[in-house]
Amino acid sequence: MMIKSEAPSEKTSKTMNKSKKKKSRQIWVFGDYRNYFQNRVTLQLLSKAAELAQKIGGEVCAVVFGNDIEEYIWEYTCHGAEKVYALEHDRLSDYPIETYVNLMEIFVRQYQPEILLVGATSFGREFTPRLAKRLKTGLSADCIGLDINDEELLVQTAPSFGGNLLAKIVTPKARPQMATVRPGIFQEIPHDNDRTSTVIQLKMPENLPRERVKMISSSKSPSRTQKIEEANVVVCGGRGMGSKTKFKKIFELARLLTGEVGATRPVVYSSWAGHETLVGQAGKNINPKVLFSFGISGAIQHTAAITNADFIIAVNKNPNAMMMKLADVAVVADANQICTALIKELRNRIRA
Amino acid sequence: MLKLVTCIKQVPMVSELPWDAKTGTLKRELAEGMMNPACKHALEAALLLKNRHGAHITAISMGPPMAEEVLREAVAMGADRGILLSDYPMAGADTLSTSYTLARAIEKECPDFDLILSGCYTNDSETAQVGPQLLEELNIPGATFVDQFEIKGNTIRMNRTVDEYLEILEMDLPGLITVSTHQYNPRYASLSGVEDAFNRADITRLGIDDLGIEPEMTGIKGSATRILDVYSPTTEKKNDVITGSPKQIVEELFAKYDDKIGSAIGKDLKDYE
Repeated sequence: MMIKSEAPSEKTSKTMNKSKKKKSRQIWVFGDYRNYFQNRVTLQLLSKAAELAQKIGGEVCAVVFGNDIEEYIWEYTCHGAEKVYALEHDRLSDYPIETYVNLMEIFVRQYQPEILLVGATSFGREFTPRLAKRLKTGLSADCIGLDINDEELLVQTAPSFGGNLLAKIVTPKARPQMATVRPGIFQEIPHDNDRTSTVIQLKMPENLPRERVKMISSSKSPSRTQKIEEANVVVCGGRGMGSKTKFKKIFELARLLTGEVGATRPVVYSSWAGHETLVGQAGKNINPKVLFSFGISGAIQHTAAITNADFIIAVNKNPNAMMMKLADVAVVADANQICTALIKELRNRIRA
Repeated sequence: MLKLVTCIKQVPMVSELPWDAKTGTLKRELAEGMMNPACKHALEAALLLKNRHGAHITAISMGPPMAEEVLREAVAMGADRGILLSDYPMAGADTLSTSYTLARAIEKECPDFDLILSGCYTNDSETAQVGPQLLEELNIPGATFVDQFEIKGNTIRMNRTVDEYLEILEMDLPGLITVSTHQYNPRYASLSGVEDAFNRADITRLGIDDLGIEPEMTGIKGSATRILDVYSPTTEKKNDVITGSPKQIVEELFAKYDDKIGSAIGKDLKDYE
């Protein structure tokens, strides 16, 4: 990889201002890198940005703030960023949201990107709306599709009304056009060491306001032995299991299959299973080889998070449930009864 | 005494949505309204503060006239008053103009608030944007998806989980938090509370003239986004449909897919007996 460095001298920023009359054609992807899946969603967005850039004749840019960010600049370049705006400063080591909002506001006003994409991580879900408000521009959340229409506007497809509906949203006038996207929605392009990018080293602005929210501590939460995102088998249960007691069978089936338990929002709300099991919006995206789905109707908030499942076996009394239509195998039966019968049969077959 | 504001939204009861079987679309106008579940968690957090320290709680909502119901419910649960922002020009607002309108109402009706509590997202549009945009509009510190918090004097200490990091944060009041649904399970309104709320609740209804805002700043005119189209997702693929008794079904599943399941878990699931 070759990295050309360009200092943002007075001269360059002046040319920037002059060319303002011509519409800026940059597509920015915010480099959210704090842990593995944040970094992945950034890479997935870079891939989408490349696709969009072709349609509007734009330039794919990553923006990354932090302390010791060399490896991310490299990573984003290898995954398709043509330009990387980078700000390295020791004030940025603990990922302070308000400071990031302050910085991003300044740089967006300076460089005026056409589109700004951010991963819908917890961080992104606070950072992005705050930024959009400052810039007085539109933002759609948790998009499951992004495209460019005839008027060269970014068409953002976002779930609404409990996932039963999808809305196509545009931001006609205000800029940048902003959207957040959850991890796992788009496919990253493969890592390529031969890609090159221009790196713009940004300077820490003077008189940047102090962070008003003080970070007392931040520690990695204890991770379990197997993560649901990485499990080969996930057994998901919905309200169709019937009750909290019956839902316990989902845990037993998952244990027998050395898999993980997933749950829908109604189940988590009813405390049949803990929040860490939530698959879908505000929860986890999963990538199992085999997904068992018991008593789940299939609202888009849930189904958008399981699109990477290789093989889906769904059990539902209602053959027309969305989940049944998505499944490779649709078992029309009572979820609880089939769960019980499967447990029994598996105990016979798994002898060791 | 603490002055608290909770933001509440009325959303359609999604589980009971009336569908038009012919067109496969949602008959939104027929959907029954309810208090958005996540807003209830925020209200519960405010009610616990009221129990512990004593507090005055203003519940505020923006929506059609029927949204008054959720404010009455909030009063029945223990809020002290309700403010409904309802006016024709406010309709069709995106989060940008909603947060603008809410901010003007809070400045006018409760300028000396200590803490604003809002739900972390709504069940209808699910953007999770109004809370963080409201704190920007009011230029106060804040944090989203707060699991637990404690107020001491003029500061609030908050716990939250952000992308697998456990964070402990602290800020000065006044501020805003959006409350996660992990703690603060909402209480039920007592029967006498419900009766009182429907007979005597202190509910104020305000329009744009009361707030002194221009129609261009609120509702659809104040919005940066436009909705081009709303549709029901339909994705179908050809699949293997299995029916029968539980025993038959399980037999068929293993007969056809034992390799598939077995290879995923690295075990031989064949029945040799």
